[in-house]
Formats: sequence, C-alpha cells, structure tokens
Amino acid sequence: MDTAIAHAHQPPASFLRRYVFSIDHKVIAKQYLTLSLAMALIGGFTAYLIRWQLAWPETDIPGWGPIGPDNYDALITMHGTVMIFFVAMPFLLGGFGNFLIPLMIGADDMAFPRLNMTSFWMLFTASSLIVASMFVPGGPAAAGWTSYAPLSDNPIYTGVTWGQNLWILAVALEFASFLMGGINFLVTALNLRAPGMTLWRMPLMVWMELTAAVVFLLSVGPLVAGALMLLMDRTLGTGFFRPDRGGDPLLWEHLFWFFGHPEVYVVALPGFGIMLEVLPVFSRKPVFGYRMMVWSTLAAGLLSFLVWAHHMFVSGMDPRLATPFSVTTILISVPFAVLVFAMIATVWGGSIQFTSAMWFALGGLATFMIGGVTGIFLGSATTDIFLHGTYFVVAHFHYTLFPVTFFGGFAGVYYWYPKMFGRMMNEVLGKIHFLFTFIFFNAIFIPLFITGLRGNPRRLYEMSNYDFLKPMQSLHVIATIATIGLLLGQLPFVANFVLSMFFGKKAQDNPWHANTLEWATSSPPPFGNFAEPPTVYRDPYEYSVPGASQDWIAQTAPEPFITTVAAD
Amino acid sequence: MSNSTLAAHTATFDTGSAASLPSGKAGVWWFLASEIMVFGGLIGTYILFRVAHGGWAEQASHVSWRLGATNTLVLVTSSLTMILALNASRTGRHQRAAHFLLLTVLLGLTFLGIKSIEYTREIREGFVPSSGMFWSFYYIMTGLHGLHITGGIIFNAILYFGATRGTLWSGGHGNRIEFAGLYWHFVDVVWIFLFPLLYLS
Repeated sequence: MDTAIAHAHQPPASFLRRYVFSIDHKVIAKQYLTLSLAMALIGGFTAYLIRWQLAWPETDIPGWGPIGPDNYDALITMHGTVMIFFVAMPFLLGGFGNFLIPLMIGADDMAFPRLNMTSFWMLFTASSLIVASMFVPGGPAAAGWTSYAPLSDNPIYTGVTWGQNLWILAVALEFASFLMGGINFLVTALNLRAPGMTLWRMPLMVWMELTAAVVFLLSVGPLVAGALMLLMDRTLGTGFFRPDRGGDPLLWEHLFWFFGHPEVYVVALPGFGIMLEVLPVFSRKPVFGYRMMVWSTLAAGLLSFLVWAHHMFVSGMDPRLATPFSVTTILISVPFAVLVFAMIATVWGGSIQFTSAMWFALGGLATFMIGGVTGIFLGSATTDIFLHGTYFVVAHFHYTLFPVTFFGGFAGVYYWYPKMFGRMMNEVLGKIHFLFTFIFFNAIFIPLFITGLRGNPRRLYEMSNYDFLKPMQSLHVIATIATIGLLLGQLPFVANFVLSMFFGKKAQDNPWHANTLEWATSSPPPFGNFAEPPTVYRDPYEYSVPGASQDWIAQTAPEPFITTVAAD
Repeated sequence: MSNSTLAAHTATFDTGSAASLPSGKAGVWWFLASEIMVFGGLIGTYILFRVAHGGWAEQASHVSWRLGATNTLVLVTSSLTMILALNASRTGRHQRAAHFLLLTVLLGLTFLGIKSIEYTREIREGFVPSSGMFWSFYYIMTGLHGLHITGGIIFNAILYFGATRGTLWSGGHGNRIEFAGLYWHFVDVVWIFLFPLLYLS
C-alpha cells in the first residue's frame, strides 16, 4: 500500500538500478537537472543562431553556416519549446522540486518513487522526440512555441509535416510526465511530512512547488484535448481549428493560453521559491510576512486561471472581453507585488552575505521586477494594441522567465550544490559567472525594449527589408554581441559545476547555517535521507532571534534557545 | 517560561504520515482532477460550438441512440459490479470479489464491442471524422473515452488476475480495487455526460 515504506533504506546494488532506473528522488532530481542543462545547450545555441541572423542577416554563422527563412521559423519555435518545456520545467520542478520536497518536509522519499522514475523517463522520451523532430524530412515544427492554428494546422503554410506531429507528441508526453510528477509532489507534501512539520512550518519553496503543481494539473487538461484536436486536424482531416471546415482558429488560442498563462507561474513560482530560501539565509533574517506570502501565492495561482485572454487582445476575439481580462491581469500583479516587496523587506536591514547564491537571488529579484512592471503595459488592452507582437513583448517575457529560470535556478545550484554533491562550489568563479550573466542579460533585452517601443515586429527573419527598422540595426547588433557574451559567460559555471564535483572543498552538513530540514542531514544525504527520522519543533526561518545563543535555530532544535528573557 | 514554550511546541505535533487520505487514493483523486479538465475542455468546447452552429442537428440525427442507450446501461451496470467487487474484498470474500472484477472487465469489453459496431455502421454510411464538425467532435470525444475504457479494462484485468492468484491479497494491495473503482466510476460519469450531449441533443 505505502510504497514509501515498502522500499528499504538500502540503496540498490546494481549500477542500472542505482544511477539509471533509480527510484531515489535525489538521483532522479540530478537526472532532471542534467537533462535540463543539456537541453539548455540546444536552447542557447538556437538563441545564438537567431540573434546572429538578426544582427548580420544572411551571413555565414560561425559553427553553422547561413540560415534561411524557413529555418529561422523553426529555430524560434525550437528555442521557445525547448527553453520552456525542456529546460525551465525540468530544471525548477523536476530538479529542485524532486530534490527538495522530501528533504524539506523530512520524508525518506517521494510518495510514489516508481512513478517518479516513470515521470523522468517519460520526459527523457519527450526530449528525445523533440530533438529527433529536428532531423525529420520537412524539418522541425515552425509555427512558434504557441503553435497557433491554422499555421500549425495546415502543412501548406509551413511545409512542415512530421516535425509538427512530433512536436505535438513530444509536448503531450512532457505534459503527462509533469502531471505524474505534480501528483507525486502534492501527495508527498500532504501525506509524508515529518512529525511537527505542519503546513504552516513548510519552507516557502515547498509551498511554491505545490502551488505550481496544482496550477499545472488544472490548466493543462484543455490543452491536452487541444493537442489531440490539432493532431486529428493534421492526420484525420478534421477541422477543429480550420475555418474552411467549420472550425475556429481562435479556439486553439483559448485552449493554449488557458494553459499557457498559468504555465508562466508554474515556472515562476519555484524560481521565487529558490530566491525565498536563499534570501533569508544570507540576510540572517526571517522572511518577511511568511503567511501573507503563502496566501499571495495561492491567490496568484487562482487568478492565473482568469487572465489568459490578455494574449489575445488583437486576435479578433470579442472586444468586450478585453476590459475584464485587463482587469484580472492588473489584479494578478497585486499578489506578485506582495511577494516582491516581501522579498525586499526580507533583505532590508539584514546582515547580508554576498555569496554567489545571494547574488543570483538578488539579481533575479531585480530583473524580475522589470519583467513584472513591463507586464502591466501589456496586460492593459489599450497599450497592448500598440505593443502586441513587437520586441517589447519578447523583452518582457524574457525579463520574467529568465530571472526565475536562470537567476533563480543558478541561485539554487550554488546554494544546494553542497547538499547535492557533498562539495562546495568555487565562489570566485560563481561571482564571475553572475557578473557576466547579469550584465549581458540586461544588455540583450534593454535594447529590445527600445526597438519594441519603436514598433519593431517580432518573428521577422530579415529586418533590413524595412526602411523604418534600419535605424534600429545597431541595437540589434548590441543585443547579439551581448547574447554571445551571455553564452560565453556560462563557461565559468560549467567549469565550476564539473570541477567542484571532484576538487571542491568538502561540504559540511550545514555550510550556510540554515534552518530547514535538508541541512539537518549529511551532505549528500544517505539513501532514505535521514539517519534518524527528524522531528520538527519550529518555523523554517528563525534567524537572528533576539537573545538566542546563535543567529540560526534549526527546525529540529527542541530547546527554547532563548537563554535570556528581558525582565519587564 | 521556557518549559511552557517547550510544551507548546510538543503540543503542535501533527503526525504527517497518518493523513486522512491514503497516498494511493489521494494520487487517484488528483489524477481525476486533471482528467476532469481534459474532458471538461472537450465538452465545454463542444457545447459552445453546438450552440453557435444549429446545422449540426442533421448530422447528429445519424447516430444510433438505441445502441448508445444500451451502452449507457452496460456501463452503469459495470460500475455496480465494481462496487460489489470492492464490497466483497472489504468483507474478506475474495472469491466473490474476483468474480465481480471479471464481470466488470466483461461489461467493459461489451461496451467496446457495441461501440465498435456503432463505429463500423457509421463509417460504412460514410460518416468519418472529417465528415463535419459534429462528427469530428463525436469521434474525438467517444474515441478518447474509449481509450480510457480500454485503460480501465486493463487495470481491472490485472486486478482480476492478482485476485485469482492471491497476490492481490497477500501483498496487501486490496485497496487497489478502490483506486481502480474510482477511476472506473469517473469514466462512467464522463459517458453519462457524453450520451445526452452526443446522442440525445
């Protein structure tokens, strides 16, 4: 009945069972992490090709050659698909969610370890399919990561046949994988908490992963149906999304964005969760407004189901829908503003330690705010009508997704690496990595905000064909040089990640003096996580408690620790 | 002071693992929640299209409501046998539970059989998925539902073989009948929505 109890606290002996088809959540987390970083190479390389074409059109791209207009469409499609579905989600949910949820709540593993393994290998299959789709006749899908119909529906528009079908299959498999993963997250956190770990004592990272899991679970269904319809349109001659057969292309946009917008929060919330673990530890202060943050997160999750049509202001839907969706969209910025301000207030007045993890968390917070604020312009129908489909949108969503995925994700890697691999990462390389990432990321997308405001349409293969775009070419060149800088700036990270595994300083169990349960076991934790099942006595963020003998009090500390109480 | 603080902490223990819902059951419920969104999306889309396009009534008149009604009866009966199997397993009558599981499997196969007769007739009359929007929806909805029925038959068959060999009982997996039952009832309820929407409206 209870599979978590059924597997004994001994790691399996065979190599295959231990490292490949493992049911240990920590091994599976590392598999997700590795897969997402490998896919990030593809995502990064496509970005390089796209940016090179935009800066120096139709020239030989070093390491590739010239790309044609058809390939350009395929490249932007693959960039978006790979980065969202095969980098951000496996990195933040598969990797960190899997690693942290059982450790943070004091469980020995996930509720369904075998299902966990299945989720990963299903994602691996999906990743293989999306990579394979790049090599089939007709090329990979070229209708954008949103696969708008009828562009994606009727092969005569793109010339893509099998590529689009494989795209649908790969994404559907990815959905199934994260559905199973999400169910596992939810059941684990609700059923396997250690004694004393009440819901209100769970670290915010767990709350964020859970909310993300619920939001994903409830938003993806209609798109699964939509994917099936699209596949039938392409293979069985139905016409769900084709006006000439009685269907409606807008239906796809509704089904897609009903999922697609919540999906942004599925990625964003775990990224916030990482920042929220890192910020209090390196500020030596409790998080500001723990309960308010949880309520805000849940409110954001709820509201995320009511905002999708703000992607469709100029799509031809009933214009009377624009105002309600503008209102809900502006409304959702309230809980996010609460989160952002609470993060700032957490750091405010703390004794800040500028570790690499802290730099990335702060960098993520700073850049996300730009993404959030520019979102207000796009959420309001009046301004969106002008900005829709321009580089302003491109810059905006990169300013939301990049901070959570990469700043948040890297903060997580620097912070939990000692727990994952038992060794410390090099802090100097880490800070160089941060500096490159922070400077070049902003140098790419600030110029694109400007070109977007000047009306530069996105998804254009060659801008030199349009006179009004010619003065903006230098901004595109800046963005491209910065892209190359950003990609090269990841080399210190790769070196650090690989070399620290062998040559890093041995990590102590709790190198950062943090309170949460994952630091109450050895680094790396043994199979089964805890030598002794932990008991929880405290809230997760009791830092710098007045009168305490040290500035952190672990969640497992039973003594009151308050040695002196001021007499009044 | 310090003693009372400690006492307050120990008093707030909750025994995490002894949650009110067993893990397996909670997992099935979350799965069903996501399934509701899949079928909910399809059914909602269908209703909106149907309301907007009156011309579908002519297409819809070609389905056989008699076969559909028979299938409804078959499926509702299979839900009953599933409950009887669960009931028997809970009262320790393992032989009886196995029989009712087999009956559920057979009723599921009957449903698929009748459904294939319907499909055959309709395709012979020239009504294929591309014959019009009604038929597109008809095939995608009944097709996806049929796949779910097939999945349910497979689960139930595995349980049946486990029940006859005794591994279901000796392994302490008896409550898997309940989990499979939850799923089977869900698939049944989906049909209860599909039948009036596709056959009667």
